[in-house]
Amino acid sequence: MNAYAGSGALVRLALRRSRIMLAVWVALFVVFAGYSATATVDLYPSLELRIAAADTINGSQALVAMYGRVYDPSSLGALAMIKTGGLGAVFVAMFAVILIVRHTRADEEAGRTELVGGTAVGRRAPLAAALAIALVVNLVLAALTAAALIAAGLPADGSVAFGLAWAGVGLAFAAIAAVVAQLTTSARSATAISAAILAVVYVLRAVGDAAGETGLRWLTWLSPIGWAQQFRPYAGDRWWVLLVTLGFAALAATAALVLAARRDLGAGLLPDRSGPAGACRSLRSPLALAWRLHRGALAGWAVGFALVGALVGGLAANVEGFLNNPNARDFITRLGGEKGLIDAFLSLELAFAGIMAAAYGIQVVMRLRAEEVGLRAEPVLARGVGRVRWAMSHIVIALAGTTLLLVLVGAGAGLVRGIQTGAAGEAVRVFAAALVQLPAAWILAAIVVAAFGVAPRFAAAGWVALAAFVVLGELGPLFGLSQWILDISPFAHVPKLPGGAFSPVPLIALTAVAALLAAAGLAALRRRDIGR
Amino acid sequence: MPSAITTESLTKSFGRARALDGLTFAVERGEVHGFLGPNGAGKTTTLRILLGLVRADGGTASLLGGDPWRDAVTLHRRLAYVPGDVALWPNLTGGEVIDLLGRLRGGLDQKRRADLLERFDLDPTKKGRSYSKGNRQKVALIAALASDVELLLLDEPTSGLDPLMEAAFRDCITEQRDNGRTVLLSSHILAEVEAVCERVTIIRGGRVVESGALADLRHLGLTSITAELAGEPLGLTDLPGVSDLRIEDHTLRCRVETADLSELLQRLGAVGVRNLVSQPPTLEELFLGFYGDASGEAEPGPPAR
Repeated sequence: MNAYAGSGALVRLALRRSRIMLAVWVALFVVFAGYSATATVDLYPSLELRIAAADTINGSQALVAMYGRVYDPSSLGALAMIKTGGLGAVFVAMFAVILIVRHTRADEEAGRTELVGGTAVGRRAPLAAALAIALVVNLVLAALTAAALIAAGLPADGSVAFGLAWAGVGLAFAAIAAVVAQLTTSARSATAISAAILAVVYVLRAVGDAAGETGLRWLTWLSPIGWAQQFRPYAGDRWWVLLVTLGFAALAATAALVLAARRDLGAGLLPDRSGPAGACRSLRSPLALAWRLHRGALAGWAVGFALVGALVGGLAANVEGFLNNPNARDFITRLGGEKGLIDAFLSLELAFAGIMAAAYGIQVVMRLRAEEVGLRAEPVLARGVGRVRWAMSHIVIALAGTTLLLVLVGAGAGLVRGIQTGAAGEAVRVFAAALVQLPAAWILAAIVVAAFGVAPRFAAAGWVALAAFVVLGELGPLFGLSQWILDISPFAHVPKLPGGAFSPVPLIALTAVAALLAAAGLAALRRRDIGR
Repeated sequence: MPSAITTESLTKSFGRARALDGLTFAVERGEVHGFLGPNGAGKTTTLRILLGLVRADGGTASLLGGDPWRDAVTLHRRLAYVPGDVALWPNLTGGEVIDLLGRLRGGLDQKRRADLLERFDLDPTKKGRSYSKGNRQKVALIAALASDVELLLLDEPTSGLDPLMEAAFRDCITEQRDNGRTVLLSSHILAEVEAVCERVTIIRGGRVVESGALADLRHLGLTSITAELAGEPLGLTDLPGVSDLRIEDHTLRCRVETADLSELLQRLGAVGVRNLVSQPPTLEELFLGFYGDASGEAEPGPPAR
């Protein structure tokens, strides 16, 4: 048991370091679950209304792919929590990933694990401590969420099942992140790879669920998010599915602990290779440096976006066949544009691509703060490089990168649609529909620039804003929020293309807001101290 | 010609902590100036203000005739900086970082770069993440020394280097001085300061406690005297400037301020001296005196009496 020596002390250390973050996260989830339950319970007072609404969702393959299936149309809870369950599980998983990486690979990369490892602390202790915290936090999350749902008026056993389903996803991804953190040498790539795995399992679940009774349905069972939904809270509460999740988490965690005790401190799977003895000709400006730092990740994102675009374009033709129910037709037509179901589907999916592109932009601009805190901004700024020029080097990559991603998703979807329909006009229409997402995505990057300049410690505000906008867009109408609150989200102003009415005014306004935010951030950056 | 660096009553607070408390000092052109002080004295904050990375709350600073905050970029083309804590981009090689940093300032001397790589025995093909602390330090040092600048700002540049590399560093600094460059060297290694610096500034608690030529500073220290007396040691107890006086049999031991040395010798001469050993203050003693009294209440000044 020597390998675990000191785990208890490390648990206390980690709790001390992350107490505020943990409390805020858990509170947000509980409020989110409780609020969306209360809001939807009032929305469907009668059984008929519930069944009609559930049939609407189940009848549309696009919605099933997005949120999952309502397994018991007569159950209030199953209907009320359909969006919150799937969407929330993604956030719970991300939370677990961030928690684990922060307390394992990030500490190791920063040299803190070495400091601790020099004391009487076992080789597995840091990882064991991080996993222990993930376990406790997810159980607390499950208990409080269940309590909030019961308070909102939902059945007790279903509520407990719902809380545990979320916790299960959290534990599964804590274990996945624990394994990934053993393989990579940098915390950044550990988080990125774990997030990519999350995206893959979400898609597996989406494809599996959308496949219905036949074919690829088994894909759902390869996904921890799929397990959470197959638990079926409020719709049968299949407790045995929890064992699948826990079994997987235990296996993966064990694998991570085995790896942790076998590898060298600070090392990953691949040994470091030598590189060039000098810089190539082009590496001579802050922009070239920023490009060098971001190009690898951008390549990965670009491939992903091109594939998603082609997938969306290909699926669009099948949408009509999915809809066998007039309710569903009505619903999705209202949800998306005015013209056709295919347009509505494309509009929905491309809006989602816009949100993902915004996430890319946020992450790139956040790098400025990482460079500053990591003391790597200092040597650049101590040369003949002004602050604005340095900041602009990353901002340019963020704006150009978001543009590239949306061009790729639009090109992918447009090309496939164009080939399927044989109409070049259709390809252009779809391509344009992807591009209108740009100004809204830029605003998110600009929010990070503003925060970085004005209050650098809160540069992560971009993520908070994105999460808030997504929740507003997805659940705001459900909660019956006033229009002016919904209008806070830049995504609310994007023309619903293809199919909807197009006006350049909102696009120009959004771009102007983004420019103003970025200018304010840069102006503040010129005035503040660097390095704090 | 104006001084390379002058600061006048610089103040800077971080929240409630006062990092600089009226710092005034000057570095003349062409000199190697030692910048000393205990940990947390404000050395790095001063350097960051001089680089325009941090803005002073009060007071003025001038660097190469310009304002370090307003003219940051133009001034940076004329200086090179080595931070105390060198962080490299994990996926760039040392050679790439040296080239990049040089180009960001406006080019570097390829011949000198090759020469320095050899002198510091650095493998430029390794990735940033695989360098040790000392090797990261070398990357920053080579990037700074290979560029053609008027002023070098060095923040504890040898803290991770082995003695051999430290010697190479001293040679480099001496060459820089011979070429007429100005160097501000923050350091804890007294032998290094003694070897390369003409003048030093010692700060504590964000203020200058002493600034001047090393030779002059020595005069502030206490000389240790051991004397074997011929006669009875009478009338020696109330001498000015004498401390730690101990008399055993006919042997007198004491420490004396330089100004009062001749007075003491006259009195000893009157008693009669068989043997006398006089030891000037070591740098070590000098600095311990300045660094001490970390509480900051006591009068900052020469070594403990």
